[in-house]
Amino acid sequence: MSDTHAQTVPFVRDTMLPAAPPPATQAGAVRWLRENLFSGPVNTVLTIIGLLIIWFLVSHYWDWFAHSVWNANSLNECRQIIIDTWGEGARGACFAVIRERWNQYVFGFYPPELYWRPTMTFGLLIVALVPVLFSASLTIRRAVLVITAIATLTSMIALGSPVIWLAFATLVLAGGFVASERNLGWLLPFSMLYPLMGVWFLWGGSVWGPVFVLVGPVLGWIAWRILAGRMPVIAVLAGVVVTLLFWLFLSGSAAEDAQRLLPMGIEAVRSDRFGGFLLSVTIGVAGIALSLPLGIVLALSRQSDMFLIKSLSVVFIEFIRGVPLITLLFVASLLLNYFLPPGTNFDIILRVIIMVTLFAAAYMAEVIRGGLAALPRGQYEAADALGLDYWKAQRLIILPQALKISIPGIVSTFIGMFKDTTLVTFVGLYDPLKSMSDAVRANIEWKGIYWEPFIFVGAIFFIICFAMSRYSMYLERRLQRDHK
Amino acid sequence: MSEAINRQVDHSHMQVSDRVAIDIRNMNKWYGTFHVLRDIDLTVYQGERIVIAGPSGSGKSTLIRCINRLEEHQAGHISVDGVELTSDIKNIDKVRSEVGMVFQHFNLFPHLTVLENCTLAPIWVRKTPRREAEATAMHFLEKVKIPDQAHKYPGQLSGGQQQRVAIARSLCMQPKIMLFDEPTSALDPEMIKEVLDTMIQLAEEGMTMICVTHEMGFAQAVANRVIFMDQGQIVEQNTPSEFFNNPKSERTKLFLSQILGH
Repeated sequence: MSDTHAQTVPFVRDTMLPAAPPPATQAGAVRWLRENLFSGPVNTVLTIIGLLIIWFLVSHYWDWFAHSVWNANSLNECRQIIIDTWGEGARGACFAVIRERWNQYVFGFYPPELYWRPTMTFGLLIVALVPVLFSASLTIRRAVLVITAIATLTSMIALGSPVIWLAFATLVLAGGFVASERNLGWLLPFSMLYPLMGVWFLWGGSVWGPVFVLVGPVLGWIAWRILAGRMPVIAVLAGVVVTLLFWLFLSGSAAEDAQRLLPMGIEAVRSDRFGGFLLSVTIGVAGIALSLPLGIVLALSRQSDMFLIKSLSVVFIEFIRGVPLITLLFVASLLLNYFLPPGTNFDIILRVIIMVTLFAAAYMAEVIRGGLAALPRGQYEAADALGLDYWKAQRLIILPQALKISIPGIVSTFIGMFKDTTLVTFVGLYDPLKSMSDAVRANIEWKGIYWEPFIFVGAIFFIICFAMSRYSMYLERRLQRDHK
Repeated sequence: MSEAINRQVDHSHMQVSDRVAIDIRNMNKWYGTFHVLRDIDLTVYQGERIVIAGPSGSGKSTLIRCINRLEEHQAGHISVDGVELTSDIKNIDKVRSEVGMVFQHFNLFPHLTVLENCTLAPIWVRKTPRREAEATAMHFLEKVKIPDQAHKYPGQLSGGQQQRVAIARSLCMQPKIMLFDEPTSALDPEMIKEVLDTMIQLAEEGMTMICVTHEMGFAQAVANRVIFMDQGQIVEQNTPSEFFNNPKSERTKLFLSQILGH
């Protein structure tokens, strides 16, 4: 053996050792069990206690789940079926309530003949989100878009959608698929327009409302364009001011006039008809979409060198974070009425969305500030040294990295906010968990049913939140840049 | 001491013109109440290769970071290529796009590929068309001998490769002056050579360079002036041969004996 004397006598290696595979381990279930569950006395005892707890829970609730009834029209009928099938004294869940009240849980008090509208809105939402969420993977896009298309169109047909809207949805879904195959950029205009479209589909009314809302930014852009060459800062201000002034004073009456001249629209649905998951998802999606940009702006302001901007953002963040969300919701529902001119009809869902957005944005700002603080100073210096100005450095160098670091925190905030949408029950909106279940129980047929609605609503929330969590992990993996 | 430099340096293009590249007059800087730079006077002519040496904390990094205003000076004047550095953002951006900087810790953008690192500033600051910027970037990546890594991310490269990318990234802005802030201090000995070779190559092409470095071999082979700093002041400046063989001040002698003595 040539290596024997390596430590004791002068030695020169003449051949390099080739890389060898690691020793074959005894893989398999037994090894895993021994390492993870029975590695020592303490671990073994803990494992046994854990198994006992699981056994205790399962043995108590198994009957209840196993005897569940999915097909009945009232709680009494449920109980009768359980007794008939499993004998006197048997217990069982009555999930029939979900089957019977499914539409109410999903759409609230939305007019049943218009159920296809929220369905279409949701389907198109996914088309609008695809270029943002799954820009990297064609396979995932294909799967998501095909499933969305099938689910949306079959549901719309089942819900009795008019043919023209069915055709419209088909067109958008097919267009989304083509864009996803060819060039995602084609979808961006649709994604930008979607918020307006979605609002119009959900609330309905004259088409001129959203059209004139759109005119505002166009006028603002023109104002910016005229001034941009000479006074860049003033041009941006002018653009914003023109847009806001148009929205505040002109767009409403312009839309009314246009509607009088050329009536065009779909049936309007009032906000108090919204409820259930439709309400949660509407508030949740709007809150998520609005709170991220606002959170970024707040985080950057808090890091700013300008004293006034920094203080304003600190005060805002600390105030909003220091107050319970329910307080803000009460402010939205009660207090705002005192401050607004009498007779103003400021939609309650819109007010709630604003409050939820502000609340989430304050948390978001702190999460993103953490990401900004985690970046080495060298990144800022390198950007500066290359001559990038503040905004370019933020957009191209700092934010992409800071947001990536903050993904887990951002998604946590999203998840928290989405679950908090159930709190709208306190301002008289029909959230799926409390108000809607109360409404279901108010009916004589389902009086006294407690666990099943809560389990159902909880399960749906879990599925959505778990999906968000998995998505955030996927995104983190995708953006991993170190070892590939 | 010069084991890292093992080739003959070609001095034929290293001509110093009489045009002033950087002019620093009576410059002072404080961190809070701490006086880091004291009455700095320094004129750098186009084509000069200047090495700044000195113990840590002597203000040498701070000095070159003032030249592209990563640090702000509180008194005196700095003008770079005729542009006076004041708090005027326009002037600062102008100077920064003419002055390249290479950092001790590379400071590459980890979320962008090597090629994107190199094209970012030309595209967004100089408004160069993407295709042209990519061609330029490939040219400079070839020059630093890593064109094959163009589509990797910085995290996948060795330290020496990352530093060469950082040099290429600065060169892509076609700067008139290059600042090096201890470019080899964070590198393994084997990688120092590849970075120094790249820097020598730059010097041979006549680039105006200011290098803060402890590589005295590099200073001897390439610099036309060595500046020694201590306690925020320029203590001694001279040609490399005079500086190393015949140092005047006691402080310089002590410093040289410490870094060359072992």
